[in-house]
Amino acid sequence: MAKLMKARTGGMALLALVMAVSPLGFANAYYYDVAVGALFNAMICVGLNLLIGYGGQISLGHGAFFALGAYASAIGTSRWGLPPLAALAGGGALVGLLAFALARPILRLKGHYLAMATLGVGMIIYIVLKTEAQWTGGPDGVGVDPLTLAGFTLATDRQWYWLGAGLLLLVVWLALNLVESPVGRALRAGHGAQVGAEVVGVDTSHYKVLMFVVSAVVASVVGSLFAHKNGFITPDIAGFHHSIELVTMVVLGGMASIFGSVLGALLLTVLPQMLAGFDDYEAMIFGAIMMGTMIFLPKGLLPSLIALIRKKRGAKP
Amino acid sequence: MAELLQYLFAGLTSGAIYALAGLGFAIIYNASHVINFAQGEFIMIGGMATATLTAAGVPLPAAALAAMALTMLVGVALEKFAIEPARDADVVTIIIITIGASIFLRGAAQLVWDKEFHALAPFSGEDPIRVLGATLMPQSLWVVGVAMAVIAGLWWFFNRTLFGKAMLATSFNRLAAQLMGIGVKKVLMVSFALSAALGAIGGIVVTPIAFTNYEAGIMLGLKGFSAAVLGGLGNGMGAVVGGLIVGVAEALGAGYVSSAYKDAIAFVIILFVLFFMPNGLFGKKGVDRV
Repeated sequence: MAKLMKARTGGMALLALVMAVSPLGFANAYYYDVAVGALFNAMICVGLNLLIGYGGQISLGHGAFFALGAYASAIGTSRWGLPPLAALAGGGALVGLLAFALARPILRLKGHYLAMATLGVGMIIYIVLKTEAQWTGGPDGVGVDPLTLAGFTLATDRQWYWLGAGLLLLVVWLALNLVESPVGRALRAGHGAQVGAEVVGVDTSHYKVLMFVVSAVVASVVGSLFAHKNGFITPDIAGFHHSIELVTMVVLGGMASIFGSVLGALLLTVLPQMLAGFDDYEAMIFGAIMMGTMIFLPKGLLPSLIALIRKKRGAKP
Repeated sequence: MAELLQYLFAGLTSGAIYALAGLGFAIIYNASHVINFAQGEFIMIGGMATATLTAAGVPLPAAALAAMALTMLVGVALEKFAIEPARDADVVTIIIITIGASIFLRGAAQLVWDKEFHALAPFSGEDPIRVLGATLMPQSLWVVGVAMAVIAGLWWFFNRTLFGKAMLATSFNRLAAQLMGIGVKKVLMVSFALSAALGAIGGIVVTPIAFTNYEAGIMLGLKGFSAAVLGGLGNGMGAVVGGLIVGVAEALGAGYVSSAYKDAIAFVIILFVLFFMPNGLFGKKGVDRV
């Protein structure tokens, strides 16, 4: 346990250090912009990994929860004149309620049926956002004001970077604690052997519902932040493609690995930026990398990396 | 009445395409328990290849056969290089692999062809047929007719040929089938080739109605998945019925409720069915083991 604590605090310290030092290498605002995107995705993925990696449930619809948060902030602040934090909290509460209502019937499903149901929920939300133009601006999207907290307006990508970095540390810390709590142990028991866990008295579905709601709310809150930072949102953020991107980040980084999710989010946010120079080949290379890593490192990057280091050291796995 | 008939024609036409796509999902699922999210891309490749070949002067039957061959080649390559090496991976991992494959194939199509829409001339003219006040395009008859022929052919294959029965046996119990001397690897490969051919056929017959471009497979693939899940995964007839239900419900919804929500209707039905029947309409009820 003491060793585990060390790995946890060590990981947190390393993450904080990397985030503190990275800006030294940022040549201009563009780097900050991409980095903020990576931090946002990392937060969503840490939340989503609680559901996928620890709960053993797949979701192909979290892009839609992200979008609901974003639109709640857009509509709440510009149309109803709510303070940004109130709109953010309201969106989060709404998404939490929606996720809670959907969770029981949805999480009863297994494997591919669950994938289909979450995909369906995501698609329906996407189509609603695209169609109800009088509220959402339709396919053309809608503008969002910058984020103002207690009279201070976050205007530059640099300010957003430090806010994102602080929030990511907080999310990672909460997730690590959740995973090591009785809730986390119950979840892992449910993932490993659901019937077995139920027989010894663990209410697995209760914890899965909790993880579904938590991950949806995290996605929604980050969606709100994204809306303010970007200043403009379109329904595409609710689309199938975005949901897939999020799941891919989690799986690529390593299921049931909190820091793996951070790594996966970072790589898949930066990679398309680097591939942008390849123009027509971009999609092919991206698809090939997705397939390749999953085929050769099915456990994900970070767990595979850790296993490799342990092997080199000759320690027991 | 004429209006209802009109919507039914439209619904059955798209339903037939969804049924073919759904069957493609079901065949691969049966052989390998993989959901192939690149199924829609098979439809796209079949349509694109036929459209560009006929535009280059190749007669339609030859173009269609070449497109089918190309798609089957892609299907077998997908199985050989992406699915086979990941046999023992998690459900989620394999889903990501097939989604990666679909992105890869879209990227390749964009490169081989372009981002433009491609058209294909209807197989037998564009003179609408009048039925009880509703109009029916001859191409719709082609779509439904071809789909029916394909479904009948598949039924014959799975119930009357030795290899078809071997494939069914593998879907029930892989290990037992292997022990009985069935070449499970070959079954897997044939299932991908067969699904690819089904996708290509769907793509070829639908292109004269709907045009095609490199992204045309996304929605068709998701609808096919919906059809397969609605009928109960792995149930061939279920996929056909699921496809028709989705197609008809969409057409009726678009006609009577709101055309903007046409694409949402399929997903609403799916959610509704899954909430009450977690294994689809005709799916087997699973038993959990510790």
